[in-house]
Amino acid sequence: MADTLDRVQRIIVDRLGVDASEVTKEASIKDDLGADSLDVMDMILELEDEFSMEISDEEAEKINTVGDIVAYIDSRS
Amino acid sequence: MSKRVVITGLGVLSPIGNDIPTFWNNLINGRSGVAPVTQFDASEFPTRMAGEVKDFDPQDYMERKEARRMDRFVQFAVAASKDALSHAGIDITQEDADRIGVYIGSGIGGLKTWETEHKKLLEKGPRRVSPFFIPMMIANMAAGQVSISTGAKGPNSAAISACATGTHSIGDAAKIIERGDADVMIAGGSEATITPIAFAGFSANQAMSRRNDEPEKASRPFDRERDGFVMGEGAGILVLESLDHALARDAEIIAEVAGYGMSGDAHHLTAPAPEGEGAARSMKRALKDAGLELEEVGYINAHGTSTDFNDKFETMAIKSVFGEHAYQLAVSSTKSMTGHLLGAGGGVEAIATALALKEGIIPPTINYEHPDPDCDLDYVPNEARRVQVSAALSNSLGFGGHNATIAFKAFGGEE
Repeated sequence: MADTLDRVQRIIVDRLGVDASEVTKEASIKDDLGADSLDVMDMILELEDEFSMEISDEEAEKINTVGDIVAYIDSRS
Repeated sequence: MSKRVVITGLGVLSPIGNDIPTFWNNLINGRSGVAPVTQFDASEFPTRMAGEVKDFDPQDYMERKEARRMDRFVQFAVAASKDALSHAGIDITQEDADRIGVYIGSGIGGLKTWETEHKKLLEKGPRRVSPFFIPMMIANMAAGQVSISTGAKGPNSAAISACATGTHSIGDAAKIIERGDADVMIAGGSEATITPIAFAGFSANQAMSRRNDEPEKASRPFDRERDGFVMGEGAGILVLESLDHALARDAEIIAEVAGYGMSGDAHHLTAPAPEGEGAARSMKRALKDAGLELEEVGYINAHGTSTDFNDKFETMAIKSVFGEHAYQLAVSSTKSMTGHLLGAGGGVEAIATALALKEGIIPPTINYEHPDPDCDLDYVPNEARRVQVSAALSNSLGFGGHNATIAFKAFGGEE
């Protein structure tokens, strides 16, 4: 599980240019980490590549926090 | 009464320098920025050299996250615009943001982004195409992102007229100030098309030089042995300002934008009109707009691409406009050093022309070795010339038959 968080953190730091310390499980992707809707879509593509899975638009819309992403990925693997 | 327009700031990213002092120093010392292509493996291509911008790190100008959302041509525009504003000493505030506009075009736009995303489409399917693809690729996005990153909220648009783009953008921006719709315009062109598809396309046109064994000598405008243009990349951005506004804030004035002319060839996709008559009409309109007599013009920064057709027809056009005075004028092509920056060419060349007027030095046409009977003007061969001229033209002529000319005057005071 920690491994998933690490990998998600790496992608978010890379895509959003934020500090790793800000990317906590509780952090909201848009409100706390400053992503806009294009960033979110871009990040989803990157997550799909990283974890070799497809994330539907409906599922993507439910994502709010970093923890939501980790939980979703872990539930699928 | 219409406003006079002056230039108060310059910003450049070019194959011969990423700041104004370096660019100008290389220009008047006749140094070429052309070298073998490093941005992609060009070994399979008939042309394997280009004028690349060297040592550009977008993070010197913007956050990494911002840079990631921009094609290289947009990064160039943002970086050069920030430099130009800083050179002009303008700090955009809430109070004046609406009076400061942006007019920056690109001849082609984000071709590299297009290539990358199209590859994803073919190899991985439509779901893998980036949400940033369209907003990174569209050619107006330099103007959009410069507004976003500087806070300029005035008139905002982009000319897209192939190799005439930069000149149209500056001319159109000057007219916006002249009619009173803005006090300041950030204007110019930006281009970054050193990519496989662009090289393949221009090679298919037979438009690019193949002198790969001597890259620095490949761009040789008006020389009899010229064999095509050399692609360059970069951005040339000017801060234009109404004279009133510049004087009120005690700004240093580099030169005046005195007139603007444009025309269409109504002739052919890529070939110039017979006798260069389209370019001639463009120059005539700029002269008329500026109220300049032929004899007042001492320098023309030519389009001078180093293609067989352009240089011959542009020479004819200059002769048809200026008659005997054509032989008294200095004509040079700074593309001999920078290569051809396509839509950014007019921006970079406006900077060269403005500095020639300010410094009293005319940059040379380098690689001029073999006189061509079809090109018999004074091309300022190989060595810069110290001479103070009072007025100059800069020509840009684009595929599609777009012709644009700006007339500049040395700034000698408020009279």
